[in-house]
Amino acid sequence: MKSGQRSAVSRDRLVPSDQQLKDKSPQPPFTKGGQGEIFLIIKFIIVTCLVTLLLSSRTFASDISLHGFIQGNYSVDTTTSNPDGKDFKWAEERAQLKLDASKDPFHLFLKTDAFYDHIDDASHLELREGYADYTSSSWDARIGRQIITWGLGDLIFINDVFPKDYEAFFSGRPLEYLKLGSDAVKIGLYPSFASSELIIIPFFEPNNFPDRKRFHMFDPMPLVTKREEEQPSSTLENTEIAFRVYRDVAGYDASLYYYRGFFRQPSMLPDSMTSPTKINLVYPELSVYGASLQGRALDGVLSLEAGYYDSREDRDGTDPMTPNSQGRFLIGYQRQMWEDFTIGLQYYGEYMYDYSEYEENVPPGFPQDKKHHDLASVRLTQLMIHQTLRLSFFSFYSPSDSDYLLNPEVKYNFSDSIWAAVGANVFGGGDEWDQFGSLDENDNVYVQVRYEF
Amino acid sequence: MIMFKINNLISRILIVCALCSMFCVLSFHAHALTAEEVVKKSQEAFFFQGKDFKARVMMKLISKGGQERVRELTMLRKNYGASGGEQKYFMYFYQPADVKDMTFMVYKYPAKDDDRWLFVPAINMVRRIAAQDKSSSFVGSDFTYEDVSGRDVEDDTHEIVKEEKLGANDCFVIKSTPKKADVDYSYKLSWIDKGNFLPLKDEYYDKKGELSRVFSAEEIKDVKGFPTVTKRIMKNLLSGHRTETTFTKADYNIGIEDNLFSERFLKQPPKKWTE
Repeated sequence: MKSGQRSAVSRDRLVPSDQQLKDKSPQPPFTKGGQGEIFLIIKFIIVTCLVTLLLSSRTFASDISLHGFIQGNYSVDTTTSNPDGKDFKWAEERAQLKLDASKDPFHLFLKTDAFYDHIDDASHLELREGYADYTSSSWDARIGRQIITWGLGDLIFINDVFPKDYEAFFSGRPLEYLKLGSDAVKIGLYPSFASSELIIIPFFEPNNFPDRKRFHMFDPMPLVTKREEEQPSSTLENTEIAFRVYRDVAGYDASLYYYRGFFRQPSMLPDSMTSPTKINLVYPELSVYGASLQGRALDGVLSLEAGYYDSREDRDGTDPMTPNSQGRFLIGYQRQMWEDFTIGLQYYGEYMYDYSEYEENVPPGFPQDKKHHDLASVRLTQLMIHQTLRLSFFSFYSPSDSDYLLNPEVKYNFSDSIWAAVGANVFGGGDEWDQFGSLDENDNVYVQVRYEF
Repeated sequence: MIMFKINNLISRILIVCALCSMFCVLSFHAHALTAEEVVKKSQEAFFFQGKDFKARVMMKLISKGGQERVRELTMLRKNYGASGGEQKYFMYFYQPADVKDMTFMVYKYPAKDDDRWLFVPAINMVRRIAAQDKSSSFVGSDFTYEDVSGRDVEDDTHEIVKEEKLGANDCFVIKSTPKKADVDYSYKLSWIDKGNFLPLKDEYYDKKGELSRVFSAEEIKDVKGFPTVTKRIMKNLLSGHRTETTFTKADYNIGIEDNLFSERFLKQPPKKWTE
């Protein structure tokens, strides 16, 4: 099964799920999943009350700001229609409001999106972020829905174990939508010898993978249509913990990372190996131990990152349902070649531990993961006309699997408040179950237009 | 009679001596400063005054056709060591809307590349920026990074071409020629005020020897005893594009803490510095 999930189980970096086959129902306002719904509603009410209090007080009037944008975002198929016959991967108009309010030592921030989705013909309200900060001289705390970004990779994540929305990325949405908020408490401690962040996430949030109705993808068990997702329950024991400590070491930014929680990509658990009738989608336990280093070298910026993925439910590698433990590493290099032209190169590798145990247990007929999987990327960015025109090209290529992703984009700022971007996502190569090979029929051209205020 | 002659002689000698010493003093004063020293003093007055510095910077980028774009930021700078030494810069952006709340940090070192970090609030990410080319445009304006934070004196050969008045101000006119071809101009003429050593005008000549960019200090104010250029313009004569920069709320020696220049405060810039 591990191999059957091919691009799913062992790849929670930039991978569409093959098995998140459950239908997506439109999300109700301010919820992201089942578990944290009540908590979120309560939190929203509390935050709203606090903001109202602040707004009603003259003392704080100068510390409140309101910004946001109105945006159109459309992505049209260029290879073939969606599995459900529609021709757009994404088609929406969206408004975002960002409310900032602060009175030392507190700070409140709300980022809310309202949008109309033309593919599903439905409108939605989404709390992207909503948190309160407390800041003191040597420590600070942030409570609420927040976006957390760790690690050094450009679209490659080793120690960034926080929720992501790969559907957004593959659908040609602005890059910020690749990151999803975590409902978490973050505590920052800043003693003189090093800085640190402790993150406590009581409510599990999985990654969001492309919708089966919109994306053609490989499915190792297409006949088993009954699928049920089981997210880790919100118990004390299941509370995710992430810790990062960082400081300068001889001019380099050095970080150590620890995470204890779950894979955010589900594994498929059929009720029977021989004649399955139902598949449960479960999130196995995971711990990650990692480190990173970044600094100036070779006339550019050099990044090194590594992580050990401890698959706690399958430490001996014999369970074909659960990913094996892995070693992951990344080397990145970024350099400005001439004025306003930057090149970024990355090489990423994955090594599967206990490979022989995995091989022995792979169910017959399933495509098999490789012991070593790797990925190279290049990003070229040229700014022109006083940095108002940006030409960029990003590409992934996997030497081990021979599949690829190409993402050219042109972005132009018509004025300080209006910009538009046109780009394409082209997938291909490799086998039909490979990371980008499985997305072969999903090539799209996208447009983003935004008025920002 | 003899006494008179002797007295006359002595007084003549004294007059000659006085004239000689005056000439010596004057000539010594006039030639005391080499071109390098003038440039060094000018850098000191323009980029290194005070222990630290803060200003709200409004940049208007104006195209040939008159279209305006705005970049508004708070710039905080702290010196480490002597003038011409290491500096740290912290910038917080207010405008335009798509870069609001972004912060940018530079560790500037003499004779080696800067370290630069950028914080992108939409994804809550701090990342290092490759920064080899100091002559790149600063935020799309006609100013380069070097125009904003200075260029190493040793990177050019300097000569005093002449001394002349620019408006009412006596100036040294310095020709600075880059030793390496790492910039897009072949030489620069600077009019440096003999009194406060601020650059009042810079002319950049391109590789063909044509005047390509002109800097002018439009307004100089005294801030805590430091003469400060509070209004400046950089014009690109080839494209017709220009950038007008105004400093408001300029202040020196305000006690910027060392720990401001950190990932922690890039992500959450302290209100007291960004208001």
